[in-house]
Amino acid sequence: MNKYVERLYNGIIKENPTFVLMLGMCPTLAVTSSAINGLGMGLSTTVVLVMSNLLISAFRKIIPDGVRMPAYIVIVASLVTVVQFLMQAYTPSLSSALGVYIPLIVVNCIILGRAESYASKNPVVPSIFDGLGMGLGFTIGLTLIGLVRQILGSMLGITVFVMAPGAFLVLAFLVAGMNVVRDKMEKKGKPLAEPSGCITGDCASCSQSAMCTGKSETKKTEE
Amino acid sequence: MSDLYNVSSSPHVRAKDTTARIMLYVIIALLPASVFGIWNFGLRALILIAVCIATCVVSEWVFELLIHKKSTINDLSAVVTGLLLALNLPSGLPIWQAVLGSVFAIVIVKMMFGGLGQNFMNPALGARCFLLVSFAGTMTNFNCDAYTGATPLALIRNGESVDTMKMLIGTTAGTIGETSTIAILVGAIFLILMGVIDLTIPGTYIVSFVVFIALFGGHGLDGNYITAQLCGGGLMLGAFFMATDYVTSPITPMGKVVYGILLGILTGLFRTFGANAEGVSFAIILSNLLVPIIEKLTIPKAFGQKKEVKQHE
Repeated sequence: MNKYVERLYNGIIKENPTFVLMLGMCPTLAVTSSAINGLGMGLSTTVVLVMSNLLISAFRKIIPDGVRMPAYIVIVASLVTVVQFLMQAYTPSLSSALGVYIPLIVVNCIILGRAESYASKNPVVPSIFDGLGMGLGFTIGLTLIGLVRQILGSMLGITVFVMAPGAFLVLAFLVAGMNVVRDKMEKKGKPLAEPSGCITGDCASCSQSAMCTGKSETKKTEE
Repeated sequence: MSDLYNVSSSPHVRAKDTTARIMLYVIIALLPASVFGIWNFGLRALILIAVCIATCVVSEWVFELLIHKKSTINDLSAVVTGLLLALNLPSGLPIWQAVLGSVFAIVIVKMMFGGLGQNFMNPALGARCFLLVSFAGTMTNFNCDAYTGATPLALIRNGESVDTMKMLIGTTAGTIGETSTIAILVGAIFLILMGVIDLTIPGTYIVSFVVFIALFGGHGLDGNYITAQLCGGGLMLGAFFMATDYVTSPITPMGKVVYGILLGILTGLFRTFGANAEGVSFAIILSNLLVPIIEKLTIPKAFGQKKEVKQHE
């Protein structure tokens, strides 16, 4: 498989940030009360993700290791500010619906996670595709949740699905569905990604390494 | 010769208590309230009760069929859930909403967490709160053929007077099973006599609720007001039939007291300062969630143990 297509496939299906990696849960639960909100949130995150992966990958040899996090934050925050102003200018209703969650993209763990685990180690073009794949995976996840909540909540009138508990319920069922798919794929001999919990204890090759709080002892002694 | 002379491995003496038997007692204890509800609200109540029970049993059966588990519908717990849910619904609720609530109770609150014994909150109350949040309009519309207008609790809240005698007998507006305090008490006394429930949880619940209402209700020790608060809404049904649910209440003696007091305070808090006139169901499911913590903190000291041994993690 082509390297770039592989990155897209990895982001959208194999390591889907919403259903497999369980990253970016805050916007996932908070803004998906309708499909259009989920789509808007997903796309704006995608734009930031692609741009930040591009910039971080381009600067990866300049940014000193000791201050890489502040450097990433500065890059991401600048991009988010641009996106926020653009949305206020051209999609004011969506901007007000998403509210504080647009500026909060700065601390979205998908973005920092991809910066830390992929963009800072890989060339520019694959990083762009990695960001695109992850962003689209996030967008699909959010839009799906939003769609289900909108159909059940607003159209069928089961109000609980528009409220916070509904987000948890719908997310749980979609993740369960994803796990069924994973099981079926494994039985067919085409396993998807490992579940997000640490199994191997090998932190060096783990895509979760940036966000992981329970790193194995070997890693600690190295540092 | 007695069977006791046989050489066999333990247990040698078995109690007759089985899950199905206890559930059967609960169903019998709920009969007075159900029959009164049907008499009070008419055929519509009977249909709702039947629909809820049938849906609960069928959804448990279908779910277990789908996940290839042994069917547990014979333990009657689904019947109890359906009956309790129906008793907590207003008689005018559309049938499809009752069906949805029953499926939610069994599939999501009970079976998804591992079935009877694993459910983290009372399934019937979980479903009631799901319906209350989802369909606030129909769930709080107590108009029916027999009654129009607000429930006694809503009347008290608006500062109007209520007839406590009617509330005791149950000829008021409300959900199907909650109106008649006498019918509920008859069932509760039966359960206590049969040893199915003990008085600790309902007792501490009601006492702490009365204390809270007297302190913060704004009417002081007004007997009429306190009686109306006790007989109104789902307090009696909740205290005797839902707060005492084996699965979702603490088993430690001290824990039961803590749980009862928590229920009383929460119910009083919701009724006095909350947005709705009623708060029993929310108080109970909220306390259900705290049960594991309550149990952990109230493990009794083993006999003979002198000092508290510090637990090492």
